[in-house]
Amino acid sequence: MSNGKTQINRRTALKGLGAGTLAASGVLPGSLGFAQAQSSAPIKIGFQKHATGIGAAYGRWYDATTTAAVARINDMGGINGRPVEIVTEDDGTDPKRGAEVLEKFATQHNCDVAFGTLFSHVVIGSAPRAGELKLPYFVVSEGHHVASGMLNRYTLQPGITDVKSQVKSMAPFVGDNLGKKVTMIYPDFAFGHDHRDFFSEAIEAQGGEVVAKIAIPPTETSFTRYFPNIPRETEVVYHVMVGPGVLTFVKELGEFFGPSRPEIFGFIDSLEAVSINSPGLEFLEGTYFWEGNPRHAQANQTEFDKAYREAVGVDEMGASTADAKDVSTYAHMFGCWETLNIIKAGMESADYQGPGDRAKLIEAVEAMTDMPESMDHPQGPKRFNGKTHQTFGVQYISKVENGKLVVQHTASIEDGMYEDEVDYTTQSF
Amino acid sequence: MEFGPHLMLAALEGAVTAAILALTAMGLSIVFGVMRVVNVAHGEFYMLGAVLAWWVATVLGTHPAIGFVAALIIAPALVGGIAMVADRLVLKRVAYDADRTIVATIGMLYIIQQTTLMTFGPDARPVEPPFNTRLALPWFEWGENGFAMFWPWGLSTTSYKLFVIAAAAVVLVALWLVITRTKAGLLMRATQQDSETAQAFGVPVGRVYSLVFGLGAGLAALGAVLVVPIQQAHYLMGHDPLLLSFIVVIIGGLGSLPGTVIAALLIGMSDGIISVFFSPTLAKIIATLLVALVLVFRPQGLMGRAQT
Repeated sequence: MSNGKTQINRRTALKGLGAGTLAASGVLPGSLGFAQAQSSAPIKIGFQKHATGIGAAYGRWYDATTTAAVARINDMGGINGRPVEIVTEDDGTDPKRGAEVLEKFATQHNCDVAFGTLFSHVVIGSAPRAGELKLPYFVVSEGHHVASGMLNRYTLQPGITDVKSQVKSMAPFVGDNLGKKVTMIYPDFAFGHDHRDFFSEAIEAQGGEVVAKIAIPPTETSFTRYFPNIPRETEVVYHVMVGPGVLTFVKELGEFFGPSRPEIFGFIDSLEAVSINSPGLEFLEGTYFWEGNPRHAQANQTEFDKAYREAVGVDEMGASTADAKDVSTYAHMFGCWETLNIIKAGMESADYQGPGDRAKLIEAVEAMTDMPESMDHPQGPKRFNGKTHQTFGVQYISKVENGKLVVQHTASIEDGMYEDEVDYTTQSF
Repeated sequence: MEFGPHLMLAALEGAVTAAILALTAMGLSIVFGVMRVVNVAHGEFYMLGAVLAWWVATVLGTHPAIGFVAALIIAPALVGGIAMVADRLVLKRVAYDADRTIVATIGMLYIIQQTTLMTFGPDARPVEPPFNTRLALPWFEWGENGFAMFWPWGLSTTSYKLFVIAAAAVVLVALWLVITRTKAGLLMRATQQDSETAQAFGVPVGRVYSLVFGLGAGLAALGAVLVVPIQQAHYLMGHDPLLLSFIVVIIGGLGSLPGTVIAALLIGMSDGIISVFFSPTLAKIIATLLVALVLVFRPQGLMGRAQT
């Protein structure tokens, strides 16, 4: 029975007091282990996650890898004795929302740095805001926009290679083993345009020729309509597709060709989070894929890859240990693991204490060069270019044999190098 | 690809689009014809059909054909049921007022979309077709011995896509038979013609409205169940069908069912053919331009009755 007035009785008052005391004393789980730190306030890393929108499949796995990487860092004592806290915000795989999210990280959540964006159009839409907010922005994107000079000194990509170096490493293998007349199928936005422009350049340098360039909107759901534009004289179909429709894309590609298909070289992006053995994908047997990181554990698997899979929760087929049908975005998510370890190394090298040291942090990362294969870098060795803010690494070419991706060739770091197009270190903060 | 085979492929792709579009737009058209309200959440009922089809197929987990047939029956029925509940809870309360219904159905759109996002998730998930063989299609050319058949590279369709076209035709015929030959159809047509007089004659107009709203949503869901083995179930997939359904219903004439079918064929085929020869964006531009022209020169649509 209510009499219209709020009743504060003894019980509620005591409950409130108790809760208040607990909160005020700051007894948070985990904080007790960091008592020796100069400041036990956590280092806050803003994770710009594609939780919804066309990048959602990647967002989920980026989140899982980030959580595992941070757990490992905190188990090892955190950064400069301070625990790492991840603040996650959904950018909806939307450029405008991405810029708003960075604003939230800088002003509302007081994050030290931001990290984690994948889709190129979102990176391009968000990075200028990071520059304005003077917020270090570590992207895990593969786009060439960082190294092209389009962005700013606050944006770095130290944990994952970019498309220009990927396709440069692939072109010799494609030209020598598969064919010289290539039809390219790619998504019609920045990432796809990088593939179109740089692979054309690279295959022409090998004496090859791109006979057709087919651009598909990333939100497309029906793909058969594009395939009649593949010229009859095509020797190799080069495909890279992103978005929720990728399984339909690969399936319809197979349906279109039937038994008389040309050689096919795809980027595993077309099948990230999709099982190679899905119904309708049988035609992929004998085709080739670029893999950022081999999804299926290879015969020469390193101890680092083994421990990394265990930490993140994927099995030797690259699927979740909790659900074998839940395939991960294995070729990309390692970028989150490695980038977080680089942030840690950079903060320790710069003796980072707080947001006032952001410029020092960037300079410390710019000074990094060779990063050997290790538990911090399980995908392989890296070489970071401090001037272009872009890292270079090894690339893997796999062939589908009996339903498994088997690495045929590993391109070296040098295979993917190209001339510097910018020197961010000459720019002021 | 040479022009002839290219056109054939474009026509087949257009036919699949037209088939699904006819079912989906028919749902919207029936709702508008009988209830005189615009259902902005129509695309979300379509999406729900696809999502529920995935759920049924996954829960059953048996041979894809059984899962698919079960989904074909269960998903539209469930979506129709949800729509009927929405009608009782929401649309009745706003007394089917035109503006309020638009706002209310926009609200329903967001609720359905976000609930699906929170439960089903943001990933696209596939449903296996009950059967799917690639069918190479022949083309003709003049040889030394007169007409000869040959099999051009890439000219093909799948048995499932042909099934979709046939199934949509069957459903439309069945719908026409129900509307013209059964008592339920008679009640619907009476309510459409003049709901007040129909009520005076003892037609339970409120119940007819609920059933019609459910039927409209069920038709959209049926279209989605048919298309989901070709595409995948995704929480944002209702957006395009909503736009196209509106275009079809306006061009065909609000309230005219034959007009809807003709317009669906027109838009579906032209979308398919223009998409294959030029680009999908151009196809959408042309479809929208057609709507603008219709609204200017023949506002009642192809077969709608002129309003005085």
